Amino acid sequence: MGAGTRYVSAEAPSLQATGKVARRQAMSRMSRYVLLLATLTGVFVLLYLAYDTINTGWDRLSWDFLTSYPSRFAEKAGLRSSIIGSVWVLTTTIIIAIPIAIGTAIWMEEFAPKNKILTLAKLNLANLAGVPSIIYGILGLAVFVRFADLGPSILAGALTLALMILPMTVIASQEAIRQVPPSIREGALALGATRWQTVWHHVLPGAMPGIMTGTILAISRAAGETAALIMIGAFTFIAFDNTSLRDDFTTVPVQIYNWTIRPQEAFRQNAAAAIIVLMVAIFSLNLVAAIIRERYRHQ
Amino acid sequence: MLRGNSRSKKFLAMAAGLTALSLLAFAACGDDDDGGEDGDTTPAATSAATQPSSGADFDYESLSGEIRNDGSSTVFPISEAVAEEFSAAAPDVRANVGFSGTGGGFEKFCAGEIEVSNASRPIKEDETAACTEGGITDVVEFQVAIDALTIVANPENDFLECLTVQQLHDIFTGTSTTWDQVDPSFPAEDIELFFPGTDSGTFDYFVEAIIEGVDETATHTGDGTSSEDDNVLALGVEGSPNGIGYFGFAYYQEAGSSLKAISVDGGDGCIAPSLEAATDNTYQPLSRPLFIYTSAELLETEPQVLGFVNFYLENTNALSAEVGYVPMSDELLAEQVAKLAPYLP
Repeated sequence: MGAGTRYVSAEAPSLQATGKVARRQAMSRMSRYVLLLATLTGVFVLLYLAYDTINTGWDRLSWDFLTSYPSRFAEKAGLRSSIIGSVWVLTTTIIIAIPIAIGTAIWMEEFAPKNKILTLAKLNLANLAGVPSIIYGILGLAVFVRFADLGPSILAGALTLALMILPMTVIASQEAIRQVPPSIREGALALGATRWQTVWHHVLPGAMPGIMTGTILAISRAAGETAALIMIGAFTFIAFDNTSLRDDFTTVPVQIYNWTIRPQEAFRQNAAAAIIVLMVAIFSLNLVAAIIRERYRHQ
Repeated sequence: MLRGNSRSKKFLAMAAGLTALSLLAFAACGDDDDGGEDGDTTPAATSAATQPSSGADFDYESLSGEIRNDGSSTVFPISEAVAEEFSAAAPDVRANVGFSGTGGGFEKFCAGEIEVSNASRPIKEDETAACTEGGITDVVEFQVAIDALTIVANPENDFLECLTVQQLHDIFTGTSTTWDQVDPSFPAEDIELFFPGTDSGTFDYFVEAIIEGVDETATHTGDGTSSEDDNVLALGVEGSPNGIGYFGFAYYQEAGSSLKAISVDGGDGCIAPSLEAATDNTYQPLSRPLFIYTSAELLETEPQVLGFVNFYLENTNALSAEVGYVPMSDELLAEQVAKLAPYLP
């Protein structure tokens, strides 16, 4: 006891690390602030851009803005034909791309023989996901617009966008499928389920949240795509409501692009307002995806 | 429970990140791409302007079908205005306008994908050849407006009257940084530059005519004040005695006339920027004609194309002035109308 007391009184701050250990601890303490700063940088830029856009475009938002056709008068111009065009193109894109993407992913993960060709195909998928969208536009122009003679139609636009988002969606779906523990497959198979039953009843539901995330990310990309659509010949001034897949069309991002390159300030306000509309649309899309995902998870 | 929580937190973070990403992309678009692809930079002639006349004796209402119009983004505002009015006059015609660039427009036109092509320059030989290959041998050209730039200096500037293309080139490439380098008789003061943003058609046109027109490999200097807003440029030049800048001719006419316009010597002596000089093509190289193209076959066989072109020519002077371009002279317009006359019923 006496010895202990003497020890404490003689070297009071003995728990304080010294030398290398102290440096490492200091580094560790500092790292949290450095990382926080990195996060804040992104958040700040983001908030500033959002603030700037909303600040510029908010006053321009009105029911008329959503329901008017484009016009040379900025205050009369609206998003009607571009919203309708965007909905047509995106819906068609989803219908085309998603089943193909999920099908491809299931085959590659569950059915395909594991050989060099498959590895090569996977590698190429990753490469394709990084190809700039304008390249898909050139492809779409050559194959769908000209060769298949679809013209600069909604169908041609949707096929081009579907092609563009396929690699991303396939990769995301593959990863989600891979996350499903092998024990689930083995269990199902052991109980006499066929391969397809295993996939349909066990693997796919387990992978669904992940697949949804990848899909929504891809659709968001398609929703904001401009270059590829301008390349295939999407129009900008459209003054009628689309009723068929063979119609000429315009989309919200194309309209935004048109308005931002106009010199008049009033058109930039239109652009900002249209950006808000697009932002809200994509946010809602993400929200819906979030709800669906959570449901799948709790099942 | 705990695991679920952290997962849903992670999910929320992901959703936020996703939204953030898209938001960032779109917002960035909105902020960086400001500018004008059109050759002119007049601040909105958006007030209730002249209503175009609804055509002499052409029956627009009975027309139906589709007009696809694509090409130069410089011509786009005029074509958009025409299409807007045409849609009202001919409600059963779908008049669609796009802007994939002059070259893109010709490519689509020659492939038979569009009926009318917009161009900020005359068609090139290889484009005509491509059209012939696509079975279109009877291309018809109509001029629809004029795009022009004006060089301006401070009103108190008493040494600048006229500049040659070479001098302008040296000033805006940054080769000459003081006025006495431009001309020994000028004062030894620093030159202050004011020019439109790089996204604007005005900037592109200036680079094409003055910078690359003299030396293919030269580039426009970045030193100086660059703004997409002509008002900023005008105020800048007004506030700096040694300033020089340029913007669309229509803006100069409308709001910039308190500044001193500088004549340009394109090789045939000094020409002051004026409506006459722009329309009769002597104000070179800073004025250029804008065109639309179609084919004789389309004019003969597709009534809605004939109607659209007729409507275009009837209204282009009023509408192009409204969206900030220089209208054609009466004679020049009459020439275009005469080209169309043989096809009219």
